[in-house]
Formats: sequence, structure tokens, C-alpha cells
Amino acid sequence: MSTGRKLSYSLAINEALKQLMEIDKSVFILGQGVKSPWYVGNTCRDLIELYGEDRVIDTPISENAMTGAAVGASIAGMKAIIIHPRLDFALYAFDPIINQAANWSYMSGGRSSAPVVFWMVINRGGEQAAQHSQALHSIFAHIPGLKVVAPSNAYDAKGLFIAAVNDKNPVVFIDDRWLYNRECIVPEEMYEIPIGKGKIIKEGNDMTVVSSSFLVSESEKCLSILSSEGIDIELIDLRTLKPFDEDLIIKSVKKTGKLIIVDGSWKTNSISAEIAASVYEKLFGYLKAPIQRVNLPDTPAPASRSLESVYYITAETIINAIKKIV
Amino acid sequence: MEFKFKMEYSKDILLGLYQTMVRIRLAEESLVEAIKSGEIKTPAHLYSGEEAIATGICTNLTKEDYIFGNHRSHGHYLAKGGDMGAMIAEIYCKETGCSKGRGGSMHLIDPENGIMGIVPIVAGTISLAMGASLASSIRKDNRITVSFFGDGATGEGVLYESMNFAALKKLPIIFACENNLYSTHLPIKEIRVNENISESAMPFGIQCYRIDGNDVLQVYEIFKKAKQICLEGNGPVFIEFLTYRLRGHVGPDDNIQGTHTDIRPKWEIEEWLRKDPIKRLELYIYKQNLATEVEIENIRYLVNLEVKKATDLALSSNFPNPSELEHYVYR
Repeated sequence: MSTGRKLSYSLAINEALKQLMEIDKSVFILGQGVKSPWYVGNTCRDLIELYGEDRVIDTPISENAMTGAAVGASIAGMKAIIIHPRLDFALYAFDPIINQAANWSYMSGGRSSAPVVFWMVINRGGEQAAQHSQALHSIFAHIPGLKVVAPSNAYDAKGLFIAAVNDKNPVVFIDDRWLYNRECIVPEEMYEIPIGKGKIIKEGNDMTVVSSSFLVSESEKCLSILSSEGIDIELIDLRTLKPFDEDLIIKSVKKTGKLIIVDGSWKTNSISAEIAASVYEKLFGYLKAPIQRVNLPDTPAPASRSLESVYYITAETIINAIKKIV
Repeated sequence: MEFKFKMEYSKDILLGLYQTMVRIRLAEESLVEAIKSGEIKTPAHLYSGEEAIATGICTNLTKEDYIFGNHRSHGHYLAKGGDMGAMIAEIYCKETGCSKGRGGSMHLIDPENGIMGIVPIVAGTISLAMGASLASSIRKDNRITVSFFGDGATGEGVLYESMNFAALKKLPIIFACENNLYSTHLPIKEIRVNENISESAMPFGIQCYRIDGNDVLQVYEIFKKAKQICLEGNGPVFIEFLTYRLRGHVGPDDNIQGTHTDIRPKWEIEEWLRKDPIKRLELYIYKQNLATEVEIENIRYLVNLEVKKATDLALSSNFPNPSELEHYVYR
């Protein structure tokens, strides 16, 4: 990806939406604010003009029914995308997501499924406090029947969005508002990034750092700082949180013997706990140091900037964890 | 809204309605002993007494139309064209069941016949049904969707969210509320200020009706009209059907198997027994001289054969193979 067109993360999603809606009439999107950049940034730009209000549906504030509608439409043969511009509000929709969509294939003996995309945006910081800031991907990753993806850059955002919409199962697509203006090279043609596969961002021999979503870039910041100190990190971007790419992590930790997991959710029962457990189960004898986890403290998001500054994970937090086991 | 009807029916229609109701009744009654003996363990919520509703509605539907049901949906499944053998086998949790023994009584499905989803989370399929009708509206495929739910579901907020959106988009969906007067054990006056459920649809500008759900001909007529309203683009429609379950909330009788949870007064149960929809239609058919006792007996005889064949399939089928526990989690 050394040459080519640059696109922001949010416009990469916008391009994915346009291309999907262009080639497949069964793709449609609904949710609160699809008409309003105040809600969805520029991710839904031009969609109504191009595809009409039948397929681009701004909705009342009824998360439970609107999410259920997306699930029902997907059961009836549509490729439905429901957006929750703030992830926190999707909690009103736990029933259609967890009771219904996630279980649908299993409880029908595979005769039916709900190939819906639950698109949720994490939107935190800015003194928004406890109900506008939650990163709940670990909860969804707990549920059999769901897949969960969390792209860290514009290229992945487009490829994972297309893969999510085309998947035959319900997929939770979680992105992060802090990434929306970040650019990278994004091919113009349609492409999919396989769900369930992670990516090695940088190879290294001393230590494995597993990261995802916004925190991949924070982890990247550590690389040059640490390499100047002679620490050679292997950095993995999970891309998919469920099913996470266990093989890739195992292979890496076998080589390095050390693992740091950087995860933007609360520590207790998080995806980081799951990854750590699976590495302990399979590689106990290979580990040269205890696994380190970098998570949010088990505390709701605060408002005040003085508290936010110690609450959120930064490159500095990650470096401190790494240095514990150098 | 008041609804009155006076209609003449052909023998074919009447005997068809009768046969469907008898199929539901006899299929369910065949489960009673197996539930008592413990051979059937899956929670089976019997529809006995409410057959007129599923029958009157589904007789008006095509195979392509959609229905979504709830915990008490054996009748919806059979009336919409679901295979009886696959249903009984599912209730016995066998591999030959319509959900391959993964769903049980409360998760019947048959997408090929428009039986899109049946689940026991109260009100859980109302928004799904609304979404299916949204799909139809986007595709302009002229299907209609029926959402079956009970009086208990009127306590869930998602019903009102769904009515609002369906009305806003004029979706081709019929909200079919089967009001059997009890939310599990609670009489309706203990869960609602206004016992008239149909009026809940009024603030949304939805056409609504309240009728005797134990009169299959009234159900048939009102539904035909509701379907027409939806097909003309003037949906949704809300219909409240007054009815009563002749069996327990779950299983044949809430007062057996160690529990005494049926608090319904005896006089009330007896009063509703007299309104049994099958007996009522039978009397009507005789009064109109449209069929002889022999013809009626013959219908019951053939249904009994079908039930026996379905039960034989269930009993002779295997349970799902434990090695396949994790099949079907994903597609």
C-alpha cells in the first residue's frame, strides 16, 4: 500500500456502503440519524440522494424496535444494516441482538439465519461521561452466534464493512469516532477482509503486543520509542474480536515468549482476559513472563478532563506495561 | 371499531376451516399423555380453545405471506401449512423435527411456508415481524406479515415502538393480539388500566378491531378485510381477538404436576368451554345442513390418522447426535 488514493476512515465506510447498495438491492440501512452528519459524520453522505428513503431510513428513537426490524428484515432475505451512532444506546436492543439474531440459526437447526449488521460507534472523551463513552465489544464477543469486528484503519474499515454485510451471520461492527478523520490508502474497488483473521502490523522477536481498533495506533507509537531502546516488538492487529485469530497469536507468542494485550474495554471479563486465558491454556511452558493486560480501570467513564486523562489508555500506559516484563 | 358480518359460506370453506381447527386440537391433545409421563419435557404451551384465530387468519394467507409467533404457536404453525410430523418430532426434540431438535416446542420454523420465526421471549417477534413487512415494503412484493402475540405482550414497550414505526411507514403488517384474558396467571385487570387492548392502536392512527376470537367465521371475515387494507397500502391493522385457553399456561393443566397455579374461576372455565370454537363451527355447519355427521366424523378420522403418523415419526426418530452439539451456531 505504498501508492494509491488516500481516504478517511469515515469516507471508507461511506464508499463501502455506496458500493454495496449499488450492486445489491437487498442492502439497506436504517437507524437514528442517517440523515444527519451530527449523528453519523459523513459515513452516510449522499446515500439518500442515490438510493432513496426506502433504503436509507432515518428512524425514531426506538432502538429496540428498529434493531428488531433490521433483524426481521434480514430473516426475510434483506441485508440489513442498523446503525447505533452511540453504542450505549444499543443496550435498549439487547433482545433483538442477543436473544433473537445471535440464536436464530441455532434454534432453527440452521434452517434460517439473521445476516444483519449491527453497526455501533464508540464515541468517547470530551467529558461525555458514563453513558456516551462505553466500549462494550467484550460483551458482544461473549455471545455464541455473533461475530464482532473492530477495524483500526480506513483500509480495514472498508474491507471489514463489506465482509460484515456479506456474511451469512449477524455481525457487530464496532468503530471508533476517534478514527473517523484518519486517512490511509484505500483501494477504489470492492474488497473484503476475512472475518476471523488478524494481521501482523510489524514483525519482531522480543515481545508480542495484541491490540485492536483505536489502540492499534497508540500501540504503533510505542514501536519506534522502544526500538531505540533495543526492544523489538511484534504488533498484531486483531481486526476481528470474535472469533479472534487464536492461531496467529499462538504462533507469535511461541516465538517471543511474552505477551501484552491492549484492549479498550474494562479489564474484568474482557476480550483481553479471554485471549490471556487461551494463551495460558496452550502455551504455558513457552511463556517467559506473566502476560500483561492494558485495559480501562473497572470504573465508569468519568466526565472531568482531570479524570479522563488517567482513565483512557495512551502510548505511555502501554510502554509502562511493556517495561514491566522486558 | 365495530365489525358486523353476514355471509354465506361454501361447504369447502367451512369444512376447510373445520379441518384446520381439528388438526390443531387433535395434534395438541395427542401430546397430553407424553407431557404427563415426562417423555415430552420441552415446555409446551397448548393452544386448545384458541384455534379459531390461527385458522381464520391463515386460511386467508398465501404460502408466501409471513407469520411470526410466540410461545403458544403450535396452532399458527399448523394453520400456516407447517408439516405436522416435523412439529410433533420437534416437540419430542428429535432430529427429524422442524428445528432439528435444537428448538423444541417454542422454536418452530418453516421458512418455505412463510413461518418465519416463533420464540418465547414475550413480544420478541413483534419488531421482527415489523421488519419483515418493511422488507416487503422495500421490495414491493405484495406479501403481508402477521404478528401473533398475547395480551401479556401489551406490557412490553417494543409493541408501541413497532406500532408507531409501522404506522409511520404504512407497513403491510397485521398485529394479531390473542387476548386470552390471562398473562400467565394474572388476570388482565391486574396488568392493564384499560382492558380494551385494541384501543392501544388508536393513538397511532392504526385501524383497529376487537372481535370474538372463538368464532372462526368472524375471524375469517375481519382478517380478509384487514388483509385488503394492507394490500391497498393502508396498513397496518390491529385486531384484538377475545379468547380463552382451555389448557394450562404451560402443559395440559396448571393444577397438576405438583403445582396449583391456575387461579381461574371454575364458572369462567365452564362458560368458555361452551364457546369452544370447534363445537360452534360444527353446530353452524349442521344448522346450515352443509355436512352430515358422517362427513364430520370422516374429517376427524383422517386427522387422527395424520396425528398417529406424525407421532410414529417422532417416536421412531433419533435424538440429535451429541457429536453435533455445536452444529448450526454459525452458517
